[in-house]
Amino acid sequence: MTFVKPTFRHPKQATNKIGFVKSDYEGTISTLCAGCGHDSISASIVQACYDMSIEPHKLAKISGIGCSSKTPTYFLSNSHGFNSVHGRMPSVTTGANMANKDLIYLGVSGDGDTASIGMGQFVHAVRRNLNMVYIVMNNGCYGLTKGQDSATADFGSIGKSKIPTPFQAIDLAALCLELGGTFVARSFSGDKNQLIPLIKAGISHPGFAFIDCISPCVTFNNNTNSTKSYTFVRDHHEATGTLDYIPPEKEISIDYEGITQVKLHDGSMLNLSKLSPNWNPKDRFSTVKRLAEAKENGQILTGLLYIDTESQDLHTINNTVDIPLNQLKEKDLCPGSKTLEKINEGFR
Amino acid sequence: MKPTDIKNPEYFHKVVDCQYACPAHTPVPEYIRLIAAKKYTEAYMINWESNVFPGILGRTCDRPCEPACRRGRIDEEPVAICRLKRVAADNKDNEVVKKLVHRKPKPNGKKIALIGGGPASLTVARDLAPLGYEIHLYDEWEKGGGMMRTQIPSFRLPESILDEEINYILDMGIHTHFNTFVSSMKEILEKDYDAIFVGTGAPSGRNLNIPGREAADANIHIGIEFLANVAFEHKTKVGNKVIVLGGGNTAMDCCRTSRRLGGKDVKVIVRSPFKDMKASPWEIEDAIHEDIPILNNMPPKEFVVENGKLKGVIFGKVKAEYDENGRRKLIPTGEPDEFIEADDVMIAIGQDNAFPWIERDLGIEFGKWDLPVLEKETFQSTLPKVFFGGDAAFGPENVITAVAHGHQAAISIDKFCKGEDVSERLAPTINLATQKMGIHEWIYDNYISDDDRFKVPHADKKKSLNDRLVEVELGFDEDLGFSEAQRCFNCDVQTVFNTDRCIECDACMDICPTSCITFTSNGEEDDLRTRLLAPANNLSQSLYVSDVLPTTKVMIKDEDVCLHCGLCAERCPTAAWDMQKFLYNVTKAS
Repeated sequence: MTFVKPTFRHPKQATNKIGFVKSDYEGTISTLCAGCGHDSISASIVQACYDMSIEPHKLAKISGIGCSSKTPTYFLSNSHGFNSVHGRMPSVTTGANMANKDLIYLGVSGDGDTASIGMGQFVHAVRRNLNMVYIVMNNGCYGLTKGQDSATADFGSIGKSKIPTPFQAIDLAALCLELGGTFVARSFSGDKNQLIPLIKAGISHPGFAFIDCISPCVTFNNNTNSTKSYTFVRDHHEATGTLDYIPPEKEISIDYEGITQVKLHDGSMLNLSKLSPNWNPKDRFSTVKRLAEAKENGQILTGLLYIDTESQDLHTINNTVDIPLNQLKEKDLCPGSKTLEKINEGFR
Repeated sequence: MKPTDIKNPEYFHKVVDCQYACPAHTPVPEYIRLIAAKKYTEAYMINWESNVFPGILGRTCDRPCEPACRRGRIDEEPVAICRLKRVAADNKDNEVVKKLVHRKPKPNGKKIALIGGGPASLTVARDLAPLGYEIHLYDEWEKGGGMMRTQIPSFRLPESILDEEINYILDMGIHTHFNTFVSSMKEILEKDYDAIFVGTGAPSGRNLNIPGREAADANIHIGIEFLANVAFEHKTKVGNKVIVLGGGNTAMDCCRTSRRLGGKDVKVIVRSPFKDMKASPWEIEDAIHEDIPILNNMPPKEFVVENGKLKGVIFGKVKAEYDENGRRKLIPTGEPDEFIEADDVMIAIGQDNAFPWIERDLGIEFGKWDLPVLEKETFQSTLPKVFFGGDAAFGPENVITAVAHGHQAAISIDKFCKGEDVSERLAPTINLATQKMGIHEWIYDNYISDDDRFKVPHADKKKSLNDRLVEVELGFDEDLGFSEAQRCFNCDVQTVFNTDRCIECDACMDICPTSCITFTSNGEEDDLRTRLLAPANNLSQSLYVSDVLPTTKVMIKDEDVCLHCGLCAERCPTAAWDMQKFLYNVTKAS
């Protein structure tokens, strides 16, 4: 077993706009099971951050507990990291984001970490529209404790235990929509062409960008009768459309039928070519309806499901100052005794 | 692209760059692993089977393997393959080797004559003697070895090493006829040999006919003749000031030998630019290290003689210009000629083949450049019982090429003597064996060392310049040898892909440190090469293409910069990737 990735890279590695090579965004070698979908998501995060020329020190990766939450070790070794308590990733991220709004926040969680123990934290982060990317590596089971069904395991899905799931599943994307999420996406670890632009769009989105990413557990939940296996997802996933992320500096003027252009806050663009009928990515109701239809038909709807282009994040809602709070000095924060006296005077 | 046919022995052979580049196709990574495991005798025997002279070649090989080494494309310098070969030769168990190389075959009643005692003839002897052939070896010198003895100086190749490896062969019961210059092929043909092999090398050093050549003859020496005379101690001194003309390895050997025979002011002077010199870079480096300046762009014009004795050489001044085809022209710069003093001059400007001893009415046809007309694969001449090999076949090359020729000629001679068709030859033997030991464990050591190439320690310069018998390079000791061996990527451990098992999880693509693997839609090669995770711009390296996968994609692996670290196979959940050791052996006479 190899525990250290060789240091040699392709001798002709390209550099991005700020002079970094892709390996500058890598982490240490993965210790997850061979073939784990999570590793593909890690690789997609590496690719997205490299492509967007993000300075690694301008990003914080935060996670809870679980297989998914181990992954921040396997990407962006040069970024800030916080491996928090089980289910508390949204709360820790909220605190960090409140203190320093200048960083990009990338939260990584799993179906247990989000849909069970962390549900209370998750829903509040959504309704506050915290500016972060929230990726759920969703494999429908508790891989780290040998594959028990999780709350996102679909009714009737059969994992390695051979017993069909007797309970209804929590659909995190639908829940996020219900709670007023401003960026809701679903993807599949085996479809990087879709996942990478979604991560980029999520990073550009001002507010809570939620990506429910189905990520097969090769060890405990990759049976043919499991709805979260590689083969099942490949056979049943239906993309809402193809997605193209165009960075802000690129001048583009595509105007042809079937393409919906979405302008993001930072000037970047999303080109969405619609594949799915009766659905409008800017209309929450049509998305809810379309999601329900897909579920009825046994399909897994993937892609960018909903986006609110008028999204306002928590800092905007709270009207905080432009300078990150952690940079405010005593003289900025303390008005001085004279002013204090004046204020107190006003209450007398 | 069509799926790659990995059953074709040449596909994986090409991936083992060093072995593929070696004329004798020595399985390099296989013996390097053995050296790392301190199994020097086993490593030596692999070499001995393939290249016959591991100790000699471990010091003097032209090393076509090293520029080909994959490590050189990823790291700054290739693995020191040649020096590792020497580690095996230096540390082997001599007694065991002696027993292993000893052959006492039953005579088969056939007689073969080998003309010339160099590497090609000795290889033929090594291959055929064990089969029962009675072998007669003719050489003009008093000992065997040919140019390895006469042209390679002792400070690069000690005589003891030469004797040891040549004796392994001669002790197989070879009938040697030393001090015998064969002056007539006709006479040899009349002595009822069943077959005759000509391995007489390229024995004629080129002369330089400019004014003063004849008058100064006493102090002008042809390079290879000078080296031979030194080797047999017919010449033990040179003058104070020496000029060596020529920029090849012979020139390097001449100047360094002169330094050891009393030459204090030794210069190498080449007529063309320094960068066009034919000598191996390491030989040039060693010459410069021994305080020998190399002057370039100076063609010799005249030998100056005073009172019947050489006084020096007049040189012109030129510069090189290249036309659009890269062809070089030397144009005079107009600067005045330069006179350089010299007591002795060595002419080392090339060698030619010469067959004055082969009568032209025997049925042996000669073609271009007076070289024999041969079948390229079989080395058979137009007179069926006469075969050629080494420099005598297609012009000057090197020792390892001569060995490769010898092996092939031996097969031909064996077939010819058995009355079989010499052109019907057996394919190489190959073996592909999984290295899987546990779930993620391999029989081979897949650790990738970050070390830079290690330098070979040299003997004290003062001491070695005083005595031409002191070997300059000391070779790697066991520890250095181990560290250098660890730099080898094990390119013979192949990444073998099984399409049926792949679930397209991308794990291999994500983990590959050098971005070799891509899953994408199929296309034409030119187009595919641009569409991979990292563009595959090295056209000399193959793309490994799988069958179509369930999602209609194919797996494409660019072999160019694969580290053979096995991570793709370790991260594969279904063992669609496996690491399999590929052993390719050229078929020998048997």
